[in-house]
Amino acid sequence: MMNNIKRLGGVGAAVGFSIIAFTAAAQENGVTDDTIKIGLVQPFSGPASAYSQIAYTNEAYFKMINDNGGVCGRQIELITYDDGYSPPKTVEQTRKLVESDGVFLIFNGLGTPTNSAIHKYMNAKQVPQLFVATGASKFGDPENFPWTMGWQPNYIAEGKIYARYILENHPDSKIGILYQNDDYGKDYINGLRAGFGEKADSMIVMEQPYEVADPTVDSQIINLKASGADVFLNIATPKFAAQAIKKAAEISWDAVHIVNSVSNSVGSVLKPAGFENAVGLISANYGKDPQDPQWEGDAGLKKWSDFMDKYYPDGDKTSSFTVYGYGVTQTLEYVLKSSCDNLTREGVMKAAASIKDFETDTALPGIKINTSETDFYPIEQMQLMKFNGERWELFGGVIDGSSATN
Amino acid sequence: MSPATISSLIVLAALVLCPFFLSGFTVFQLNLMLIYAIAIMGLNLLTGFNGQFSLGHGAFYAIGAYTAAILMDQYEISYVWTLPVAGVICFVSGFLFGLPALRLEGVYLALATFALAVATPQMLKLSLFEHWTGGVQGIVILKPDAPFGLPLSQDQWLYFFTLAVGLLLYWAARNLVSSRSGRAMMAIRDNPLAARSMGVNVALYKSLAFGVSALYTGMAGALGAIVIQFVAPDSFTFVLSVALLVGLVVGGVGWLPGAIIGGAFIVFVPNIAEEISKGLSGAMYGVMLILLIYVMPTGAGGLIRTVTDRLKRR
Repeated sequence: MMNNIKRLGGVGAAVGFSIIAFTAAAQENGVTDDTIKIGLVQPFSGPASAYSQIAYTNEAYFKMINDNGGVCGRQIELITYDDGYSPPKTVEQTRKLVESDGVFLIFNGLGTPTNSAIHKYMNAKQVPQLFVATGASKFGDPENFPWTMGWQPNYIAEGKIYARYILENHPDSKIGILYQNDDYGKDYINGLRAGFGEKADSMIVMEQPYEVADPTVDSQIINLKASGADVFLNIATPKFAAQAIKKAAEISWDAVHIVNSVSNSVGSVLKPAGFENAVGLISANYGKDPQDPQWEGDAGLKKWSDFMDKYYPDGDKTSSFTVYGYGVTQTLEYVLKSSCDNLTREGVMKAAASIKDFETDTALPGIKINTSETDFYPIEQMQLMKFNGERWELFGGVIDGSSATN
Repeated sequence: MSPATISSLIVLAALVLCPFFLSGFTVFQLNLMLIYAIAIMGLNLLTGFNGQFSLGHGAFYAIGAYTAAILMDQYEISYVWTLPVAGVICFVSGFLFGLPALRLEGVYLALATFALAVATPQMLKLSLFEHWTGGVQGIVILKPDAPFGLPLSQDQWLYFFTLAVGLLLYWAARNLVSSRSGRAMMAIRDNPLAARSMGVNVALYKSLAFGVSALYTGMAGALGAIVIQFVAPDSFTFVLSVALLVGLVVGGVGWLPGAIIGGAFIVFVPNIAEEISKGLSGAMYGVMLILLIYVMPTGAGGLIRTVTDRLKRR
């Protein structure tokens, strides 16, 4: 007991003594005369590590910018950390970037729960959280979170696009939905329901959720088939989407099968599911597929291809992740360039919120990035495509899923 | 003063002083280290002193975290009072889980607790509880400021708050271990049959050990929620339970101060692994863990004991 009393005395003295020594750490905003510091937190390890190709593409693109003289006369210094897709780790690594490394902005963080964990922090610190790699609709809320912006079409918009397609082409169908039981899955359901309007309840005959930790979705697929649905909306992440495609073919459920854009990668979804099982699949896209022969000789994709050869030769040129990483970093380059006169955090957010008809090298023709002070959703248009057994074939025109067109 | 007292005083002084010389972010990391240390201390009471294995302490950590988050978010209760509530709720759930677990020994108990850890994230997502847990969205909470106008940043204040709670819990754990009940717990670990014949109520003590252990881990969870400002099912996956077990083994099973070394391992070693190689950070972490276990097979506690014994013999 005596020991403990002595110890407590020591604590008191030390606290008193050291309060005097307290000094506030100086803040810096990450821009010097010749560098811009940018931070990036992505899952390099853990269950979502397949996405790390995006981070490597981001890194390679910044290297290209630097080789070409940088932006606004400054070189970009990129600092990347691994969060293993665990929200507490994202908080730790992001705070390290902001408080210890003093980055100018955080770019392209990946995942919904991980970005949610730092959402409030970034806005309290007033550090831009730009172009998050998730389509969750909550990251486009300029009123409450003016420092956060997404990039890819948000899931609600994509849901609306599918609803519009179904209403036009299969108006009397019965719809069965497989979805991941989280923000991501529920956003799609909200978008679909908004798109169907009054007809939602009569058209959607079954919604089957699954958990990320589930081993398979086989039973969900069997239930969906049994419901008599003739349109199947597959709102799953790559592993589960592939399982669903395989299972649906196995039990010969011949419904119109729509797979969400999250899982339309030929290499990582359709190949494991079996090309023969994926024939006739419908999905939506906003970027060019490098394997699609119609883009041969396309100037934009040529630039991407040259970039890959020179700066990221290990990267997978068949993967949509590298195309994504190129497009999103090009958008950041554009935003940084247009805020050269006012290279502050406010200036960058202002530039990000006033993009007019910007087209990236990798976006489909006609898909334009537009933002405004009240519209924090950069891409809201997509085009539908069908899998022919080898590759995706685009069909129809560009469909707009923005909230304004509801 | 004995060398042991002197060294613990040095550690304590370092823990108290460092927030004033480090950046807010590093203080936050150290705070996480203390929080994991408290959770490991709880696990140590169960595994180190009572001989029961648990691969599911992440579940109690989650229960504590959600208790704090729900109380702060929905009922606007001060963060200070969420700790005792989280402790009580976790004690009760730990005690209740301990009852059926009485029939299980060793690896079978490990497997049962493993099930608990795997089930937790999904339970938290259930739409049944969504009104309170926020479902998959999780709950965002506000970080408290330092009270009484103290000139401390939020990070520094929470660090000292955690340190105070940790010291209190450490003091309680030491007293428990050296008390009659503690000796009974250890007797059960060493030889349940002999303990029973000495008149120890084995069932009661085992369940109580589970309860107390869960209480510690739950309070750590509550502190974790307050410091991170966010709880979501994905924060409490099976990986967390394994991390706590790794921390326990690294710190030293059956040695309470080892918890702080275990906590440091959980927070800092993955970062070091990442520094070495980003693509192979998982493998690097594994290599470091193997090396560590090879160098100190009985954890940091065992290493320190061996070194001090040798020094004494000289």
